[in-house]
Amino acid sequence: MAKIGVFVCQCGNNIARTVDTAAVAKDASEQNGVVHVEDYKFMCSAPGQEMFKKAIKEKGLDACIVAACSPKMHEATFRKAAEAAGLNPFKVEIANIREQCSWVHDDKEIGTAKSKDLTHMMIERIKFNRPLERYVMPLTKRTLILGGGIAGIQAALDLANAGIEVHIVEREPSLGGNMARLSETFPTLDCSQCIMTPKMVEVLDHPLITVHAYAELQKLEGFIGNFRATILQKAKFVIDDLCTGCGECWEKCPFSVESEFEMGLVKRPIIYIPFPQAVPTVPVIDKTECPKILKDKCGLCAQVCGPDCIDFTQQDEIKEIEFGAVIVATGFQLMPNVYREYGGWRPPHMTPKKLTKKERAALPRSGAGRLVDVINGLEFERLASASGPTGGQIRRPSDGKIPETVVFIACVGSRDCNKGVEYCSKICCMYTAKHTMLYQHSVHHGKAYVFYMDIRAGGKGYEEFINRAQNEGAQYIRGRVSRLSKKGDKILVKGADTLTGQAVDVEADMVVLATAMVPQGDAEETAQILGIGYDKHGFYSEQHPKLMPVDSSTGGIFLAGTCQGVKDIPETVAQASAAASKVLALFSKEELQRDPEVAIVDQEKCMNCWDCVTVCPYLAIDRVELKDRNGNFRKWAAQVNPGLCQGCGLCNTACRSKSIELQGYTNEQVYAQITAFGGEFV
Amino acid sequence: MGKKIERHAFEPKIMAFVCKWCTYSGADLAGTSRMDYSPNVRMVRLPCSGRIDPQFMIKAFEQGADGVVVSGCHPGDCHYNEGNYYARRRNTAFRELMDFNGIDIERIEFSWISAAEAIKWTEVIDNFTDKVRELGPHAQYSDDVVDPYAEFLVQKDRETA
Repeated sequence: MAKIGVFVCQCGNNIARTVDTAAVAKDASEQNGVVHVEDYKFMCSAPGQEMFKKAIKEKGLDACIVAACSPKMHEATFRKAAEAAGLNPFKVEIANIREQCSWVHDDKEIGTAKSKDLTHMMIERIKFNRPLERYVMPLTKRTLILGGGIAGIQAALDLANAGIEVHIVEREPSLGGNMARLSETFPTLDCSQCIMTPKMVEVLDHPLITVHAYAELQKLEGFIGNFRATILQKAKFVIDDLCTGCGECWEKCPFSVESEFEMGLVKRPIIYIPFPQAVPTVPVIDKTECPKILKDKCGLCAQVCGPDCIDFTQQDEIKEIEFGAVIVATGFQLMPNVYREYGGWRPPHMTPKKLTKKERAALPRSGAGRLVDVINGLEFERLASASGPTGGQIRRPSDGKIPETVVFIACVGSRDCNKGVEYCSKICCMYTAKHTMLYQHSVHHGKAYVFYMDIRAGGKGYEEFINRAQNEGAQYIRGRVSRLSKKGDKILVKGADTLTGQAVDVEADMVVLATAMVPQGDAEETAQILGIGYDKHGFYSEQHPKLMPVDSSTGGIFLAGTCQGVKDIPETVAQASAAASKVLALFSKEELQRDPEVAIVDQEKCMNCWDCVTVCPYLAIDRVELKDRNGNFRKWAAQVNPGLCQGCGLCNTACRSKSIELQGYTNEQVYAQITAFGGEFV
Repeated sequence: MGKKIERHAFEPKIMAFVCKWCTYSGADLAGTSRMDYSPNVRMVRLPCSGRIDPQFMIKAFEQGADGVVVSGCHPGDCHYNEGNYYARRRNTAFRELMDFNGIDIERIEFSWISAAEAIKWTEVIDNFTDKVRELGPHAQYSDDVVDPYAEFLVQKDRETA
């Protein structure tokens, strides 16, 4: 027989004004199973809680109802008090007679009747509450960071400096990401390499950070605190430990292909480091191009290599490492450009001209299309960069001439739901302003035109920066560009000035497009490997857009940087540090405690229809084989992973055999509550 | 507060199945804002509207409820990402079945109420209470429904005796 205690709170006068608490207590005392009632002014006060604990101990109560305010207010308080008194905290329930009764009904008679009813419902319900224990799970204090751009680097350093072991998986041969491509950064115009490379070196030298360069994540299993990652280390054909980074090999390599890092503006050898400041300074051989690997010819690099570290027999390697948390910092790409295909760029709001077969055949095969001097923002960054292909002199890609007139076009592909993406790419206004400055610092007599839709410069020192760009001579024209065409060795830009209502034609030597920032091409596959949510553009979804902007939809996986949405560098770094602090909070305990209000399966009843597996939004339900004592297969059954389960109860409702139930909200409890419903309505 | 509660000859009993993140919080907000609504409703707090089993509704009607309210987060706002879509689908799919089973589907109210929509909560409850009050008491299962198999057993029992 249950021994239930009912504690009715008057909440000063808040409840007592419209509810006769003494009557509620008296009525509760007459219920089956209730052995103790209390009616007190402030149950949540220190003496109230003492009374609560004392009653549990002295009367040996095995369940308690507190008829008081909303469970959101004091459920935790009373559960804690119960635990202190030796009662399982999940044997305490709140009947909400303040927010949902006394505060909303003026009539004392009605309020009292409703309170009685609400208390009855809880008394019946608690008879089916089971004592639950919190799940305790091991915790691997090691973090996996996907992506070695500025976000990954920042998160890695924050974590490693706090004493957490970190592994960075970067698919390129070097750390750095997109930020390493930038020449200077807004709004201070400090050199990107100068602020980035020291951090890259710090990462490589840090005893707690392991860098897996030229590697990819293949699989991620497990759950918060206990992930198991399968990392594919692509063959570099260079032995890491022996290589000194002397550079003999890449200088002697007789073959070359387009450099990915330099956005195809120049060529690179087949054995290469992406850029001179690369970290680690270990070259890799591009096995899709190398004649030695493809047809066993050449091998010059191996001959010139002093430390003898080139090994053409190297194979891809699979590493399995356990982690407790994952930070995803896979970054962005610029929207793949249409102008490269069509030879002339058309703004996305115009239908691109379909080329006939003959026209297509006439296009130059490699590199840019007909309008070679139409480039995107990242290509301009490389042209302006002191370490870039032109050594920091801005020269146009077609003939190397210094451009006298440059047109910058903002919002290419962004803010256009028909042909591009709907969102504002956010950083383009700022980097276009920066580009005009970089251009004018380099070419003093040059003329910069900017075609823009709106200027969005919300940030510290951003508006001032735009003003500075305009004061330094950039001509801002509010309007869109309708088409670009070739005119001699120049590009004719046909646009409109919507402020004066006139058409504007500019003959430019070079056109720079502020192309929209979009997620990496394989962002969706990565999300599927990780089991996290993503939006229609491929940006990873945060758990709550305002209050949990760093957590992904899966516990233990955090987001940092532009893989989650468009961001500039300061925001990326801030989010990376936030992700690191989330991991630190997770790792601050020795083991992981989970709320027991999760689903459990009665595996004998389970008839393996797998409806629960289909509905579970967290992939928390596994299919397991049950075996008899001889180890022979007996049956299939579902099994809930309490580490992943968030307690939504979808599986409970979906289960056909009613073999899965959500602890704390079982069918029994709900039915009991419904059964008690139907007292006197005044 | 301050709205005088009128008493009617028939007061419907209304059971609400709500999700704890949105609607329950919305109802709490109605309390904190001292709004006033029909006292006929009793709430069952569940983690998600997707946890609401159609059997709960049937059970409520069986226990004498005259109306049932189902409410959760707005589409796209579910705390568990997609739970409310299941609730919505279930509502569509089971409506006809409920109708077939003799439950007047006019007595089932389905609405999205977020944690900020205290006013909407009071409106939904007030309007639904008025509606059900006009519909009158729901026929009790126990009075009308006769189980022929049980009858048969009883008869057989008598015969053998």
